[in-house]
Amino acid sequence: MKRNKTLIAGTILFSVLLAAIVVSWLWTPYDPEAFAGSSLEPPSASHIFGTDNFGRDIFSRVMKGAGTTLTVGLMTVSVGAVVGVSAGALTAYYGGALDELLMRLNDAITAFPSILLALVIISVLGPEKTSNLVISLGIAFIPSFARVSRTAFSREKTQNYVISARLMGAGDVRILAVHILPNTLQVLLPAVTIGFNNAVLAEASMSYLGIGVSPVDPSLGFMLKASQSYLFTAPWYAVFTGLAIVLMVFSVGLIGDGIKKSGRSE
Amino acid sequence: MSELVLNVKDLSAGYTTHGLFGRKTYKEVIKDVSFSIAKGEILGLVGGSGTGKTTLAKAVLGLIKPEKGVVESFTKKPQMIFQDPLSSLNPAFTIQRVLEEPLILRGIASKTEREERVRETAGKVRLGESSLRSRPSELSGGQRQRVSIASALLCDPGLIVADEPVSALDVTIEAEILELISELRRDTGISFLFISHDLNVIYKICDRVIVMNNGMIIEEGETRKLFRSPENRYTKALLSAALET
Repeated sequence: MKRNKTLIAGTILFSVLLAAIVVSWLWTPYDPEAFAGSSLEPPSASHIFGTDNFGRDIFSRVMKGAGTTLTVGLMTVSVGAVVGVSAGALTAYYGGALDELLMRLNDAITAFPSILLALVIISVLGPEKTSNLVISLGIAFIPSFARVSRTAFSREKTQNYVISARLMGAGDVRILAVHILPNTLQVLLPAVTIGFNNAVLAEASMSYLGIGVSPVDPSLGFMLKASQSYLFTAPWYAVFTGLAIVLMVFSVGLIGDGIKKSGRSE
Repeated sequence: MSELVLNVKDLSAGYTTHGLFGRKTYKEVIKDVSFSIAKGEILGLVGGSGTGKTTLAKAVLGLIKPEKGVVESFTKKPQMIFQDPLSSLNPAFTIQRVLEEPLILRGIASKTEREERVRETAGKVRLGESSLRSRPSELSGGQRQRVSIASALLCDPGLIVADEPVSALDVTIEAEILELISELRRDTGISFLFISHDLNVIYKICDRVIVMNNGMIIEEGETRKLFRSPENRYTKALLSAALET
């Protein structure tokens, strides 16, 4: 069997990032909140990514911030995927009036730009809590999952193995969750990775707009926003924070492409 | 008359299609079909393509609603074997998992008991133990059909509807599968509705045959008798066509 290089590369890059995040729970070179040097020091042996405007170590903050961003991204994509896939599966399976109702609702949500929709929802829920950010971004991600899963489920539901399962006495929920779902993962997992990437970028944009995660927990998006005032005086601040976002999005993107490829070779 | 497993009376069924402007058109595929299957009997259903054999099979299993008439089933959970066994086996499952599913649905909670039953049934259909760890796509056509048969058996059915079960297989494998079906009927008393367009196959395995054309049963009888002295013109044409090949 030929190796899936895309998947391997993605997994390695993502593991590096994940390792940095796990380490950050126990140890960072400096306390990410403490003043560890003078303001806006360029990268050096003691501060490899330099320091920010308060003299905090950027490398330590990037480690911590990546964890926050990853958590928000994962939770957001989970909300979108669980609700969206359930809706898509039900509409594909039952069709009829339910299909019409849910898919038109879906169209209505799609009609708003997702970031705008998330902004509206978060202003209703209140921006204080991270969970509200997750919910509002999650809702904005539902339609894409609903659409992808509806197509995948409606293709599978007429297959003979589904008829067999029904004749054996399997109920609708079992048919959807146990029999059909595993056969849609090939399509759904890449959608999850794309969704995750969009969620990471959306979290960054929301933080950039000042509506994201509270400054107490640094997130990459929040740091990127803070760095823009010093783009010319201390470019390393924006560059290293941005690179961390790129690494996260790129590695997950590679994993998604790798999963897509793994099916084609069979 | 011996005990029946299935009795079909004046059954008509077909498909409803929705036109461009939502007008429903009903296309009748089978018309006033009546027949019955006795316990332990293999009933052959023969006819050219497009004569409504598969529609009849689906109506018998309750997969499509009859437009008119009744299907009385006197047996629990009739099962179906398909022409293309690859599509009837869940591609995401291993063979072991495929075969455990009917047992899970029958409420057999103990994993060891399920494994024991799967092994026993796999032996019955002569499916090698190593095949149990494979995925459906890794098996040959004959092995896949053995898996479908085993999976049907594990549901403990009284009737199995086999829709062209050997049409996709080569001749030697075909003979093995037919042998297996006869053997299972003998040992377990399961009845079969055996659908085929191939009269040679029907002749080898069926006790009785019904011949379908244009959605109607045009002739019915004991296999040997029907093959020796067919009455209907369509049946004669089918038989002489089969003799030529």
